[in-house]
Amino acid sequence: MSSLSATIQNVFNEPGCGKNANKSEAERKKGCTKQLQPGGAAGGCAFDGAKVALQPLTDVAHLVHGPIACEGNSWDNRGAASSGSQIWRTGFTTDINETDVVFGGEKRLYKAIKEIIEKYDPPAVFVYQTCVPAMTGDDINAVCKAASAKFGKPCIPVNSPGFVGPKNLGNKLAGEALLDHVIGTVEPEVTTPYDLNIIGEYNLSGELWQVKPLFDELGIRISACISGDGRYKDVASSHRARAAMMVCSKAMINVARKMEERYGIPFFEGSFYGIQDSSDSLREIARLLVERGAPADLLDHTEAVIAREEAKAWAAIEPFKKRLTGKKVLLITGGVKSWSVVAALQEAGMELVGTSVKKSTKEDKERIKELMGQDAHMIDDMAPREMYKMLKDAKADIMLSGGKSQFVALKAAMPWLDINQERSHAFMGYIGVVKLVAEIDKAIYNPMWEQLRKRAPWETANNNWQSRAIAQANAEAAALAADPVAAEAARRAKKICHCKSVDLGTIEDAIKTHGLSDVAGVRTHTNASGGCGACAGRVEDILAAQKAPAELLQAAE
Amino acid sequence: MAKVTIGKKACAVNPLKMSQPIGGSFAFLGLRGAMPLLHGSQGCTSFGLTLFVRHFKEAVPMQTTAMSEVATVLGGYENVEQAILNIYKKQKPEIIGICSTGVTETKGDDVDGYIRLIREKHPELANYPLVYVSTPDFKDAFQDGWDKTVAKMVEVLVDKPTSTRRDPARVNVLPGCHLTPGDIEELRTIFEDFGLEPSFLPDIGGSLDGHIPDEFTPTTIGGIGLEEIATMGSASWTIAIGAQMKRAAEAMQARTGVPYRLFERLCGLLPNDEFMAFLSEISGRPVPAKYRRQRGQLADAMLDAHFHIGGRKLAIGAEPDLLFDVASMLHDMGAEIAVAVTTTQSPVLERMPCEEVLIGDLEDLENLAKARDCGLMMTHSHGRQAASRLKIPFYRIGFPMFDRLGAGHLLTVGYRGTRDLIFALANLIIADREDNHQPTPDTWLDPWKDFQPESPDSAVVAPLH
Repeated sequence: MSSLSATIQNVFNEPGCGKNANKSEAERKKGCTKQLQPGGAAGGCAFDGAKVALQPLTDVAHLVHGPIACEGNSWDNRGAASSGSQIWRTGFTTDINETDVVFGGEKRLYKAIKEIIEKYDPPAVFVYQTCVPAMTGDDINAVCKAASAKFGKPCIPVNSPGFVGPKNLGNKLAGEALLDHVIGTVEPEVTTPYDLNIIGEYNLSGELWQVKPLFDELGIRISACISGDGRYKDVASSHRARAAMMVCSKAMINVARKMEERYGIPFFEGSFYGIQDSSDSLREIARLLVERGAPADLLDHTEAVIAREEAKAWAAIEPFKKRLTGKKVLLITGGVKSWSVVAALQEAGMELVGTSVKKSTKEDKERIKELMGQDAHMIDDMAPREMYKMLKDAKADIMLSGGKSQFVALKAAMPWLDINQERSHAFMGYIGVVKLVAEIDKAIYNPMWEQLRKRAPWETANNNWQSRAIAQANAEAAALAADPVAAEAARRAKKICHCKSVDLGTIEDAIKTHGLSDVAGVRTHTNASGGCGACAGRVEDILAAQKAPAELLQAAE
Repeated sequence: MAKVTIGKKACAVNPLKMSQPIGGSFAFLGLRGAMPLLHGSQGCTSFGLTLFVRHFKEAVPMQTTAMSEVATVLGGYENVEQAILNIYKKQKPEIIGICSTGVTETKGDDVDGYIRLIREKHPELANYPLVYVSTPDFKDAFQDGWDKTVAKMVEVLVDKPTSTRRDPARVNVLPGCHLTPGDIEELRTIFEDFGLEPSFLPDIGGSLDGHIPDEFTPTTIGGIGLEEIATMGSASWTIAIGAQMKRAAEAMQARTGVPYRLFERLCGLLPNDEFMAFLSEISGRPVPAKYRRQRGQLADAMLDAHFHIGGRKLAIGAEPDLLFDVASMLHDMGAEIAVAVTTTQSPVLERMPCEEVLIGDLEDLENLAKARDCGLMMTHSHGRQAASRLKIPFYRIGFPMFDRLGAGHLLTVGYRGTRDLIFALANLIIADREDNHQPTPDTWLDPWKDFQPESPDSAVVAPLH
């Protein structure tokens, strides 16, 4: 386990990450993994994250070493698309039993690799470690090494058992596995000055193919996509690419940065969600490639393609704009794509009434703030009833979110659209934004809503679940308004740091008692922002609010 | 009489099986105001949650003790305590149902002991309903997790009756995990039509039937209430559905003295005749005209459909009770159960109407279906890849069904449920014939190919693609 903890430490030391670079040495050691709250946690584990990140590699066998839960409960549940092999959708697991737990499962794992190679002959086998064999001490590195030597086929250990942390850490550990065992192990047959790596793109619903025709037209060659519609050989030889684009802002930053360090491949962080982002990304790709020796006329070609595609996209959005301008969108999404989706929606004239940026980095939030102006309404954790009240108060015409939070909207007879990984529509590039707008239009203008919003014949205006929910919310608000003590308690109980479960009152008291003036001080005394660090901004706001009255007082004296 | 074999592969390919703690949590989802809690790392919960959400298209409550590596090694007392306290304060469920997982069982966490300590330390929890079931992932399967959990619910939540007086109208129903919310609703109607008052434990028909809730709660939005469970000892009968429920039915009898009757099957003509006769007997009422008509409809459906189903070679993969029920019904309709794959041991397996039942995976199902030239595949949604490679009609049964709508309302029980299932299967076969097997001038070029002596089965180790 020592090498795994070393890898985790190494992953936490990420100079490519703005947030990480601003931390002190001691803080960095603690890492950016969120301390999970028993009974209050949601989301996947590190194994889940590693699997999500690598599974879109289509031609390799993904073998999960663990009890049936890890693969049996989760296989073939991703919407990534493949242009070739389907072996990535095959569920392979050692399905370890009690005997393996007691006597160790290494032999079973070795035999499993052998069976897979004999039956399926993939170019490589990725072996995923899980909690139980990690505890019993199965050494997957050793088994993979032995199997690689014996069968003459790369067997890649992915050391990311679920209990080491959340999904996001798993993404990074997956990246480390690629860096350690895959990237740079094969020399490409051909190289061109137009070779580009795309890092952190999973080709969900085949959306990479919404952009690929533009690359093809410009002569830009995707030497490897990590990992959407990826091929083992392409990733193994991706170290000869000229430039890289990092799509998913947090998931694989370590891959992009270390490839820059080791192989001198410059990268930028970009997105293909929205018209502006697509154009910016194409420009940046062309610029980097030309810098690295591609003919300079690539820049002009790129501008021409951008101009043409933008014109087409705007023309296609135009008829929707009339119908959608002023429509309010409640956006609840996990991080990575928040800001770029915001840009896309604003292009169609829609307004955002709130956004959850639970998984976003602070940088993402700043971008949303920038995009949405000073009125940005950040909603980190919304209770179902509040969410419903918000929709019901006609503050939103549609909710956009991931699969699991859809039911509040739908049951409140509010239009909803899936924008997370389980979605079945592709929203990338110029055509993708038009598709997104068309889907929103289709959802909002469905005639069904009108019927569903009508009461059943036996319901009266004040006796249906909707009015009861609103009445309950109003009663709670009224009770608070009538009772200043309770209102103050409720205000103080507001959770500021979700990782360490620290509320506003605790932070205010600490600031007063200890005369704190910065986030580090607050962290020392309350633990707030000692987890993922995303609440540092909120703590700063509290510090400012606490300081303000004191300064006013001084000024008055 | 079937021979039960256990697959010998080191690597399961395309698992049919799902894990025990998920089955256990599923049972808790049939209690009103419940919060299932998995004692394990957060992925254990997250994967299960995703399965349920995609199957039922509903928000599903489920929490985790979020075990970290360090906590796992040191033992999970603090995590269990914190999780219970957090859930108790925040979601305020009426009951927390705890299932262990592989990782905490490997360490050997004594959760029953933890709960005793937690109750001592936090007086507000002294009598708070907490039910714990040991369900390691590395043993058994989904169905086992369900049956152990229901048995534990009976032991913990049902009061010992204080009098021997029984309510003649009241019956306890212990449904297996192979029944859908739609099945439960169908059974509820049948019981009520006999003037009986059924208590379903658990009642996923009340919680996962896809209704609009009266109120937004972060716990289950329906299901059987604790007060109703407590008084199950006053019922006159317990009816267990599916062999898996024998354990719970026996626990009920041991605790309350309520006698039980086990119905291993409720799909097909004769099993429902038996069921109706029993209900008529215990209720003292004749079988209502509605069911006499439905019986006629089922008989007629069998007549119309036997042309299509008769002689079909079926490859079926499901958990034991569902496998036994549906495969037996189709066998009774003249289908040949050519391949039967299941997940875990059960006494019903050796009574399957086929030569062999394999405890295996979907790779086995696919390879055997290919080798034995099957013309119909039935399993959960994960069979979709196999069916499309084999180009044979595919009917989804069991859990999970994530790629089609209405999973919660599919019926297999009762005369009516059987009738509709038969129609759906026959139509699938008709469509397959029309789409893929229209006669051409070349159809009979090799007229004797179906009459060759059979070659031995050697395709089991072949790759899928």
